[in-house]
Amino acid sequence: MALSGQVWKYGDNVDTDAIIPARYLNMSTAEELARHCMEDIDTSFAGAVQPGDIIVGGENFGCGSSREHAPLAIKGAGVSCVIAESFARIFYRNAINIGLPILVCPEAVAGAQQGDALTVDLEAGTITNARTGEIYHTSPFPPFIMGIIQAGGLVPYTRERLQEQ
Amino acid sequence: MGGHTLAEKLIASHVPGSSGVRPGDLVEVNVDVVLANDITAPISLREFESLGVARVFDPEKVVLVADHFAPNKDIKSAEQCKVMREFARAQGITNHYDVGRMGIEHVLLHEQGLVLPGDVVVGADSHTCTYGALGAFATGMGSTDIAVAMATGSIWMRVPETIRFEYTGTLQPWVGGKDLILYTIGQIGVSGALYMAMEFAGPVVDGLPMADRFTMSNMAIEAGGKAGLFAVDDATREYVAGRAKRDYQVYASDADAVYARVVTMDVSGMGPQVSFPHLPENTRPVSEAAGIKVDQAVIGSCTNGRLEDLRVAAQILAGRKVHPDVRCIVIPGTQQVYLDALREGLVEAFIEAGAVVSTPTCGPCLGGHMGILAAGERAISTTNRNFRGRMGHPDSEVYLSGPAVAAASAIAGSIVHPDEVI
Repeated sequence: MALSGQVWKYGDNVDTDAIIPARYLNMSTAEELARHCMEDIDTSFAGAVQPGDIIVGGENFGCGSSREHAPLAIKGAGVSCVIAESFARIFYRNAINIGLPILVCPEAVAGAQQGDALTVDLEAGTITNARTGEIYHTSPFPPFIMGIIQAGGLVPYTRERLQEQ
Repeated sequence: MGGHTLAEKLIASHVPGSSGVRPGDLVEVNVDVVLANDITAPISLREFESLGVARVFDPEKVVLVADHFAPNKDIKSAEQCKVMREFARAQGITNHYDVGRMGIEHVLLHEQGLVLPGDVVVGADSHTCTYGALGAFATGMGSTDIAVAMATGSIWMRVPETIRFEYTGTLQPWVGGKDLILYTIGQIGVSGALYMAMEFAGPVVDGLPMADRFTMSNMAIEAGGKAGLFAVDDATREYVAGRAKRDYQVYASDADAVYARVVTMDVSGMGPQVSFPHLPENTRPVSEAAGIKVDQAVIGSCTNGRLEDLRVAAQILAGRKVHPDVRCIVIPGTQQVYLDALREGLVEAFIEAGAVVSTPTCGPCLGGHMGILAAGERAISTTNRNFRGRMGHPDSEVYLSGPAVAAASAIAGSIVHPDEVI
């Protein structure tokens, strides 16, 4: 599965209030939330993001609240993948659970600039930066998590298991 | 291989057939309580429906609390509370706390005896880690995880490493659990305990009241922690007595437990702490914040909305006046806290001082309602996060502190050490 798009680059500790401010938590669909994604730290994002684009963050991406609205807003905005140096743990689970691919790769983060074109191959675990020609390798998901991704998220994964019982 | 930590023992006790777990293990864990609130439940319930399951695994073990945008702040919030209310009725969920019974979830659940030592609790709210103060393993998750836990009564977890924090020395006046945890996050940073359990110990902690322990566990997430744990002692047993309606189990870390790290801090010289915008790790002594003017002071939240917190605030506000340029907002955490505060005369002291007292709600902590900041405004707040825009406009600022500093600053009109106004 190859993903490709332009980089939206942010720093360390991008918190869930920055990804989707709490004043919009009276809504819960990806489409509604996407209109306000990142608006308190980047007013240009929601209007200019293109399908397939890739968010690149520093350490502890998605820290703060447990709101699943955050990965939903990112997915709803058409973002194909988030790459960061590290992720906050609840955000990590939430993204996997709703089928938003997220990759830990400090080298790719260091080498990426705003607007770079990246291609991500999830199966191979590679990230290619078209501007620099660099290819980066990421750690594969643990098998348990791969199972959830292959099922299409936690809900279909659980549905399958419940049917087996 | 060494002994086990409290976190490992709590998790292992909920994995059928387990003979012990180690950090890094991925395990399926049975849960005692599954929690969601008015902003996270609507997504959980949508996902629950798509699982194709008719009933929750146990209606007694699912807890739903309308606290974030309740009493309903607008029509959309009203719709969200309605969705949750109808689900509770249809599923026969008795632990549904609506306006009139509700409180801020992480002040309410332990008050009502719904969480006990030895439990495993998952909640669709990041501050679910609060219950670690009871010697329970409690952690926040997203709405989809919680939907699955509601359906199956179990959830997968990665067993965390544990960092042990040992506090020695003697606490100075006006210093409490909030100052200890702000200081700790200042030391290790907002990702200092990422994916890990934090275990709070040492002679200072042994003498710490339960309210302060809840405050510390509550903010484990602000260091990236998965849980914030305390060992059960007499204070815990006394707190639980009269609230527990079922038996509970007590676990403790082995003497030879294996820790990722042990951090020892002598806190004798530590005064009240303040975290500067826009991260909880920007902790400094209150003296370094002296003179910073504030427009609003918020005293409440799941971090500091307990009766003990209000007593500290009242001790400072009683007989004094809130500065004319400051809006001071006091939010008791639950109906019971509110009633107790009323009976003790705390509410009267707040109102006479010129503060407002609100019904329980998360409200301003997350910029929801009941005290939103305009551009350029600044608050001193006993809440847990000071991210950009957290309490309102993206160009507003939040300084975090304990109730003593917040109350004193409300009187002074700028951030001060409580001794300055007493």
